[in-house]
Amino acid sequence: MKFLKYIIVGFIFGIVLTKSEAVSWYRIYEMFYFQSFHMYGIIGVAVITGIIGIQIIKFLKLKDINGTPIVIAEKEAGSARYWIGGLFFGLGWALVGACPGPIFILLGAGIWPVIFILIGALLGTFIYGIVKDKLPH
Amino acid sequence: MEHLYVTWPWYISGFLIGLIMLCLNYFGKVFGMSSNLRTLCTIAGADKFADFFKFDWKSQIWSLMVVLGAMLGGFVAVHFMYDSSNVTLNPDTVVQLATLNIDAPNGKIAPDALFGNQVFQCPKLIFVLLIGGILIGFGSRYAGGCTSGHAISGLSNLQLPSLKAVIGFFVGGLIMAHFLLPLIF
Repeated sequence: MKFLKYIIVGFIFGIVLTKSEAVSWYRIYEMFYFQSFHMYGIIGVAVITGIIGIQIIKFLKLKDINGTPIVIAEKEAGSARYWIGGLFFGLGWALVGACPGPIFILLGAGIWPVIFILIGALLGTFIYGIVKDKLPH
Repeated sequence: MEHLYVTWPWYISGFLIGLIMLCLNYFGKVFGMSSNLRTLCTIAGADKFADFFKFDWKSQIWSLMVVLGAMLGGFVAVHFMYDSSNVTLNPDTVVQLATLNIDAPNGKIAPDALFGNQVFQCPKLIFVLLIGGILIGFGSRYAGGCTSGHAISGLSNLQLPSLKAVIGFFVGGLIMAHFLLPLIF
């Protein structure tokens, strides 16, 4: 039962991403051609909501469900990994119009060819794990 | 009820995505989707090949449950919340897609040209989807996160590394959409 809350949050996430069409290849294409504000609006409002929420959490020193103070880990400092990794990710994102969340959501929706994206993504993750130590971070 | 079937406005959707992230923070977790790919690799036995995959995957079951919920959500949204007005694109986009022989949405979430069942008989399209997946999987792990982990969680926490990654996402996406996609289709 302790997992039920995560399934519910995921369920809402899946519906929001599908009904906002952020899972749609079309919307990603449109975004990269600057032909619609829709995707920028979604990401922008999500980030503004997140910034305000996290500031409130920090200011009020809110505790999580287990009673421990909410601490959100800082991202590791660095540059190369973010620029280069980001670039690779962006190439894939615009090619197949899906990022990791939507890959799962689209499969759940029964769009079966997305299975090839998932296989590729697992393979790409595996390749990173193998060559990690040889890459600049 | 009708409002639930048509395209949800960006200000509602964005707000809800922000709340979902904060909700996971309240559960003591951090919102991020691509880490599930690493977890799945470990479950499949990748820990025998690289130390990167040696971790207690059971600590990530909560995240796999988010994935399971998201899949159910996608199923419900596509099958029971459909409206023919969905995915109404900029008319210029539709014209542009036609020149690439990519079909207009007409309510569909994904183009048949890339995601129709004919893909299973088309090695070129399978290859395209696999390559896209590899770029996503490799890139998100190299960058340490994807759209959820960096663009939403990271930027919300004012993380400079996340800003670098998100700029990288966009530069990569622009290169693909403007220079490479026209060569592929």
